[in-house]
Amino acid sequence: MLSLQSARIVGGEFIGLQNFVTLAEDPVFRQALGNTVLYSLVVVAAQLTLALVVASLIQPLGPRSRTFYRALFYLPLVNSAILIAMVWRWIFNANPYGLANTVLGAFRLEPLLWIGSSDQALAAVILSAVLTIPGGGVVLYSAAMSSLPRELYEAAEVEGAGALTKWWYITVPLLKPTTLYLLVIYTILAFQVFERVYVMTNGGGPNNATITIVQLIYSTAFQFGRYGLASAMAVVLFIMAVAVAVVQFRSLRSDVEY
Amino acid sequence: MSSIRSGLPVHVVLLAAGLLSLFPLYWLFLTSLSPTQYVVRVPPEVVPRELTLDNYQRLFETTPIVRWLVNTVVIAGVITAFHLLFDSMAGYAFAKRRFPGKDLMFWLVVSTLTVPAQVTLIPVFFILRTLGLLDTYPGVIVPGLADVFGVFLMKQFIQTLPSELEHAARLDGASEWQVYTRIILPLSKPALAVLAIFTFNRYWNAFIFPLVILRDPAKYPVQVGLATLQGEFNTDFGMLMTGAAVAALPMIVVFFAFQRYFIEGIRVGGVKG
Repeated sequence: MLSLQSARIVGGEFIGLQNFVTLAEDPVFRQALGNTVLYSLVVVAAQLTLALVVASLIQPLGPRSRTFYRALFYLPLVNSAILIAMVWRWIFNANPYGLANTVLGAFRLEPLLWIGSSDQALAAVILSAVLTIPGGGVVLYSAAMSSLPRELYEAAEVEGAGALTKWWYITVPLLKPTTLYLLVIYTILAFQVFERVYVMTNGGGPNNATITIVQLIYSTAFQFGRYGLASAMAVVLFIMAVAVAVVQFRSLRSDVEY
Repeated sequence: MSSIRSGLPVHVVLLAAGLLSLFPLYWLFLTSLSPTQYVVRVPPEVVPRELTLDNYQRLFETTPIVRWLVNTVVIAGVITAFHLLFDSMAGYAFAKRRFPGKDLMFWLVVSTLTVPAQVTLIPVFFILRTLGLLDTYPGVIVPGLADVFGVFLMKQFIQTLPSELEHAARLDGASEWQVYTRIILPLSKPALAVLAIFTFNRYWNAFIFPLVILRDPAKYPVQVGLATLQGEFNTDFGMLMTGAAVAALPMIVVFFAFQRYFIEGIRVGGVKG
């Protein structure tokens, strides 16, 4: 409801859809929307691929190795996004003593400004997310793989299918429900990206290069006191999340029985 | 055995990926233990030459980090205690009892799981302001209780429990409360452990809600407190990394102690990361 009001610190009157019109015309909001969508596309694609590949590699190992690796990949995730983002800020700092620049130096590349530059800041933020193995996804894929029917694999072996063929034509399609579930969860989580941006780039980076929707909601509401406008942004975020969830339910309903 | 021959490269790849994932944590602890002149060294050293606790001393002397840690334990602890009670009750009702509108209510509860928490940030802020709870501990704790992940988790677990014990107890004249406390709760211990660990971890790491609700730095939980140590242009990274290390350590210890509950929690309740 607040999204339809001109709410500031006190008062506020009903202004209809004016806030949404303002948003549609606001270049910063468009930037935030674009950054959030780009971040989500790249990060979610990377997370799903990494989770699937890592879980597939873990699967043939013995139960003890499996337990070990599941824990190994989940350990980084028990720490808060804030702490991890602080380390990434430190790694991607623009100085020559930044670790990312040292790695570039090792390959005889010029140091970059990373989070200090409006061209590279978003890439640094995305890279920091991609470089973490999504432990939750690994665990879920791994659990789902354990319950796949053996018969299909045996039939494929009789036909002389190789490991990669079996993986691509049996494992991956059978994991579709898990993939869809993770797709939705990770997309909704990616839409909410805030801590990374808040910490790594002081809440938006040079020229709003890394501004995201939640970051903009936060600054619009709690730094500039424009609660109505910020609520309109929250409504947009909500609609994005619902849209993703609806698409999932649709695809689940049309799911093929094997 | 082909599995040993083919196993080795797999282990190498997996360990490399694991170490890459863990690298930020390693870098965090390493920076916290490095003397200041090494922190800004070109090139940075991945294997330390000299370790010191100077950063820790500076952190504990110049920041209210202890106060922040205590705040975090209190906030996350109280939220966790309430969740154990409420979620097990609601989970029991949804799993075992019949009442009108049950399916609709459960569907409503579960559907809120897909709503990004930040969507409710501004309304929650206004409600807390009306109630006069801004900048208070209850103001941070109460919104944390409206989180339904645990209800879902407990329902999923409790419905796998056999109903015979419950029926037998009822035949012996046990009240609803007795069935809940004497039968359901003791049988649910594994799920309660998962719930406790997940909830505590989640609120230990909470950031945006406390950031918005609290004003007084003495009330900050550790994550918010640490974020205030970052300057716009000038940040003491040695001390910041040390603060982050201090905030990370308890969760790492908890993880090693209760690892299997974490993994079980993800399997039953879906992911959080």
